[in-house]
Amino acid sequence: MTSSQVIDMQSSTVAAAKTVPSWKQDGAEPFVRIENITKKFGEFTAVDNVSLDIYKSELFCLLGGSGSGKSTLLRMLAGFESPTSGRILIDGVDMAGIQPWKRPVNMMFQSYALFPHLTVADNVGFGLKREGVSNGEVKKRVAEMLDMVQLGHLGKRKPHQLSGGQRQRVALARSLIKRPKLLLLDEPLGALDKKLREETQFELINIQEELGVTFVVVTHDQEEAMTLATRIGVMNNGVIVQTDEPHDVYEYPNSRFVAEFIGSVNLFEGQVTEDEPDFVRITSPEAGAALSVNHGISCAPDQVVHVAVRPEKIHISHERPEQKDNCLQGEIEEIAYMGSLSVFKVRLPSGKEVRVTQPNFTRHMGERFTWNDKVFLYWDEDSSVVLTS
Amino acid sequence: MSISTGSAWVDGSSSLMKRYKILRGTNWGKAAVVGIPAFWLAVFFFVPFLVVFKISLSETAIAVPPYTALLEWDVEEAYMTFKLNLGNYFYLLEDAFYLDAYLSSIKIAAVSTFFALIVAFPIAYLIARSEGSKRGLLLALVILPFWTSFLLRVYAWMGFLKKNGIVNEFLLSIGVIDQPLIMLQTDFAVYIGIVYTYLPFMVLPLYSALEKMDITLLEAAEDLGCTPMKGFFLITVPQAMPGIIAGCLLVFIPAVGEFVIPALLGGSDTLMIGRVLWDEFFLNRDWPMASAVAIVMLVVLVLPIMLVRNSQGKQEAI
Repeated sequence: MTSSQVIDMQSSTVAAAKTVPSWKQDGAEPFVRIENITKKFGEFTAVDNVSLDIYKSELFCLLGGSGSGKSTLLRMLAGFESPTSGRILIDGVDMAGIQPWKRPVNMMFQSYALFPHLTVADNVGFGLKREGVSNGEVKKRVAEMLDMVQLGHLGKRKPHQLSGGQRQRVALARSLIKRPKLLLLDEPLGALDKKLREETQFELINIQEELGVTFVVVTHDQEEAMTLATRIGVMNNGVIVQTDEPHDVYEYPNSRFVAEFIGSVNLFEGQVTEDEPDFVRITSPEAGAALSVNHGISCAPDQVVHVAVRPEKIHISHERPEQKDNCLQGEIEEIAYMGSLSVFKVRLPSGKEVRVTQPNFTRHMGERFTWNDKVFLYWDEDSSVVLTS
Repeated sequence: MSISTGSAWVDGSSSLMKRYKILRGTNWGKAAVVGIPAFWLAVFFFVPFLVVFKISLSETAIAVPPYTALLEWDVEEAYMTFKLNLGNYFYLLEDAFYLDAYLSSIKIAAVSTFFALIVAFPIAYLIARSEGSKRGLLLALVILPFWTSFLLRVYAWMGFLKKNGIVNEFLLSIGVIDQPLIMLQTDFAVYIGIVYTYLPFMVLPLYSALEKMDITLLEAAEDLGCTPMKGFFLITVPQAMPGIIAGCLLVFIPAVGEFVIPALLGGSDTLMIGRVLWDEFFLNRDWPMASAVAIVMLVVLVLPIMLVRNSQGKQEAI
């Protein structure tokens, strides 16, 4: 990445921070409106009564496992599947009965679906030629597009002569050349190796911000979703379980499913003993201590709830900390050194295993703890979340 | 002592290995795989071809076999004569009848190939797009006609197409026509016969090309503004091109030299080179002329095929 791109990115994040995003504004007009969409294949319900608003220039990620319905939802936006019930509005127009080739939407396929018999330039120019754009204009725009994805020199090659990363760029260029209002990306980085994927993520964000096109990305990769998205919709069994900004999805998951699906998490089962508007105390035999959380919840008295704590938010120490709540005792059972951080698995007297990660601040950080050490685990009451579902 | 024998043993084994490597260098297995069919072609194709070529350069004679020898050896005079007769080839060029026969054969073969392609494409497409479990059955159905005699099947078409045949009876009964159509002994019947007979040769290569095609390519084309019809011509047809070329060659080549179908279904005016050959051999007993006809047909067929193959090779190289 060039330095100017880095500056671009920073300035755009600054700009984004200053303005209130559209999904937080009252009465903002959504660009894509999905209303009570259901899709059934025979007896199987792939998408179950989903409603979702996506705003202009958003980079919205649909995140879910396989069979969660995310791809079916994307294919309904593209027009390859028609919903069993409900409706889809794109830029205010009802898409019912509008064929894929007439929609203001383009798609980047997971397999890229490049035409093997056409050159890179012809692949990229394919959509424009179908619109009846003149040859000279097609040539000019193809060249611009290929320059944007840094493939200007490869226009005459055939797809099979390109590397995976180059093919991915061709596919992106081809799907953007018609200047769609909405670009759908199906696992756009899925076929790339880890390093290339990280580089491409940022390029994708740059291109999206430069062109101002609304992106809807389908992915099963939570890291990818976290890096790319302005908002994430987590899908499970055909339902969107939670729609929020990446930070909120991670820090305030609304259910055990979301907490466990995104990142790793320790869950302690317990019962509410104190329930204040901005404070909850829970006794958890599993944890062997009282757990307190500094946000209120709405639940019936004596309901069984779960306290969720991310492994990186737990401190580990040989000395007893001052706090009483949120302080557990246990024995280190496993240590995994992962380079940038170390993972500890700590067994509590109740038999519960707790996962703790510690960044390796210094080179010999990991050597401070060893197997079978008795340790204290503690965290702030600000770090955990109570999950009622 | 023991050391020296040891080293000798090592030397011996290494030289053995070297020798073995040389043996392996010639790669007998590979040679056998290529050699057996090459030998087969040499004995049963190339040698007979040379024999036919030789006969085409001789003169017809009332003898057994009915042509003159190229090389004559007079023992008493110690005189050797070597006679090459190019007259057959000149005659081929002079007499418009032969040229007509070639052109007519090529036309009939080309038209039949075209219709075979039109008929076979939907069949191959359907099989390629059907579920995996059904494909085997459908392919078997395509090949099934081969299980009965080819002659029998052509005769069956005579039963269909003749004046009081099944097709005419049916059309008369529903009142589409009030006079029976003359179909048998026309070029039309020959087209039907060839298309029917060679259909599997068109379906199978088309199927194998279409089966490999990724269906998301068509979705991508639609996504970029193609109607399904346009997508078919811009994506499916180019993707099927290797199958189209292979199928067309497999139908066109035998169809040019076809003898049985025009003889049984065609009329007296259906001019095809296979029949000319037959007549030269068996009616005129002019073996040299018949051989010349055969050689020219081979050249006429082989040249365009080599051109096609050549252009394909170049395309792949790009």
